[in-house]
Amino acid sequence: MKVKPVNHAKAAEEFLEDAPHLTFHDERLWDMRQKRDQQMHLLPEWQDLRTRASEIKEHTLANLPEYLEQFEANAKKNGIHVHWAKDGEEHNRIVAEILEQHGAKTLIKSKSMVTEECDMRAYLQPRGVTVTETDLGERIQQLDDQLPSHIVVPAVHKLVPDVARIFAKNYNTDPNDNSPQSLAEAQRMAARPVILTSDAGMTGGNFLVAETGTFVVCTNEGNADLSATVPNLHIATLGIERLVPRMADLGVFVRLLSRSALGSPITQYTTHFRGPQKGGEMHIILVDNGRSTRLGMEEFWTSLKCIRCGACMNTCPVYRRSGGLSYGAVYSGPIGAIIDPTFNERKYSTLPFASTMNGSCTNVCPVKINIHEQLYKWRRVLAEHHELPFVKREIMHMAGKLMGQPKLYRTAINGTEVALSTLPRFVLYNWLNPWGKHRELPHPVKQTFHSWYKQNRLKKDKAQ
Amino acid sequence: MKIGLFIPCYIDAFYPNAGIATLELLEKLGQDVEYPMDQTCCGQPMANSGCNSDAAAAEALFVRNFAKYDAIVMPSGSCTHHVRDNFDAIPQTDDVKHVRKNTFELVEFLHDILKVEEFPWAEFPHKVGLHNSCGTLRALRTASMSELGEPFFSKPMDLLSKVKGISFATPKRPDECCGFGGTFSVTEEAVSARMGLDKVRDHHQAGAEYIVSADTSCMMHQQGCAERGGVPIRFIHIAEILNGARA
Repeated sequence: MKVKPVNHAKAAEEFLEDAPHLTFHDERLWDMRQKRDQQMHLLPEWQDLRTRASEIKEHTLANLPEYLEQFEANAKKNGIHVHWAKDGEEHNRIVAEILEQHGAKTLIKSKSMVTEECDMRAYLQPRGVTVTETDLGERIQQLDDQLPSHIVVPAVHKLVPDVARIFAKNYNTDPNDNSPQSLAEAQRMAARPVILTSDAGMTGGNFLVAETGTFVVCTNEGNADLSATVPNLHIATLGIERLVPRMADLGVFVRLLSRSALGSPITQYTTHFRGPQKGGEMHIILVDNGRSTRLGMEEFWTSLKCIRCGACMNTCPVYRRSGGLSYGAVYSGPIGAIIDPTFNERKYSTLPFASTMNGSCTNVCPVKINIHEQLYKWRRVLAEHHELPFVKREIMHMAGKLMGQPKLYRTAINGTEVALSTLPRFVLYNWLNPWGKHRELPHPVKQTFHSWYKQNRLKKDKAQ
Repeated sequence: MKIGLFIPCYIDAFYPNAGIATLELLEKLGQDVEYPMDQTCCGQPMANSGCNSDAAAAEALFVRNFAKYDAIVMPSGSCTHHVRDNFDAIPQTDDVKHVRKNTFELVEFLHDILKVEEFPWAEFPHKVGLHNSCGTLRALRTASMSELGEPFFSKPMDLLSKVKGISFATPKRPDECCGFGGTFSVTEEAVSARMGLDKVRDHHQAGAEYIVSADTSCMMHQQGCAERGGVPIRFIHIAEILNGARA
């Protein structure tokens, strides 16, 4: 079956029709961007930190195999079981096997974009494992059967009444009770018993430290610490690019992460996991799932520097006005638009075009990924691989030809009537028409600059 | 110094006054300016759509038209950005390199090359909101950007500050993209138009009578959004103000 490209433009149009959601979404994320700016202004060394972070990540990625092996050896010394998963399928199988060995039927987990990539819940559920998300936003998304719409604030596209409706359906709460306090309380009451009785816990992670064989999880709700420590079995899933060489490097990244993400100096919890708790067991799954291939892509490998702060999403004027779900992918926003096509070029071929290439993302990125330049490069790659819509390709081809021939070009623009009769109908009606849907056309003028110049300068020159 | 004047296609067709003002201003400043009659486009629309090979003919023509000039000046940030940073659909001959190195956006040419100190003929007794296109802001770097937290600088504002009677409105989100984005304005029509409306409202609420910019393409889009959305605000190219337009 032929894969259909995500229709971002259409999904965005639907998102824009709902004024209260749109306004909240835009303003909430813009507020996060402003708080990030305030934190930046408090640190005179901000740009140096970005440079340092970028250098550390590039160095690590350039020496990834060595550092991964170093991590594995040290983690094993710490008593951690280390697994390698080449793709989502293998990852999910490993998780299922570990759970089966322990007879575990219930799994509580904290936020992890990697498990979303692997679509892990859908794999475990039919195998008799009940998975419960413990991050509030992630839990809301799980109950609503939606992907996270943002990598840091997964339910940011929802308003309080949406949450009230979802909780009423699942927790039997009053659908008209729109108090955030009582909704949070309902979630707490529902989550605590599950956490206390769960057979196994799972977390994601932000950083793997090669020299110590340890890993770091940064959260604000404390749910990752509960997920990791209440059950005796802790499984952590991390992408292989999460690595930093030394403990000292963490100072750079921990200072950048939460400031870039939420505009807070640090996350409420920054937990270093050094090995299994007494009488417990700890597993780490190191996931490739396309990362090695990406590392080999000359123009796109630096996207692996990403520390998943979401700053590019918060600043993106397109993301703020279209919502994360409109990207139809695990990763949305600017970083999603350059990562997603590596998973499926055709399906995500529209995403690099869901951008004005304004470059704000690149300049807020704490690890200096040249996001908007990669968007530009993706457009070229997609055009070369014939992943552009037919009409657009044809128009560009015709326009390109026309722009190379001054005489023909002059004829075409010297009168709208000429243009209308030379442009094929499908150009006008399929493609250029949308301009006028929410916008007026430019006003007609008496004379082009070209003809004014001819009249006022060239003739004058001759007369002299 | 012999200057070749490039007038982007949309200015030629829809905003000739911005082109005329650019020419007259450079002449007033004593420059020797020529407009090659065979010019069309810099190749940007094709290249930005990913269809780089379709930009080759336009780029080759551009070089044929402009290689003989010491400097190429254009009242457009995005076209300058294309020529300077992305113009690679054709082999990089010496002529191509010369053209890419010596192409300037009008504001940077006035500010950095001519170092113009005054515009004695200019007076604009209005409150204006300055719109820096993303090309001028984040590629040509003619103004500081809020993302980097760098000390404030603005070449267009430096120039406009030399105009008698002018005052500035401060929008809430001065660096936010207006949503034009070339073909984005058509393929992502809904988001584009919403961004444009938010942009003109921001300027209007800040008290701007005019939006002034070095990029007409952004203003063409913003004007369309303002007129449809009933936002009473006017648009003017920076060259027109510096050339002495009063309204």
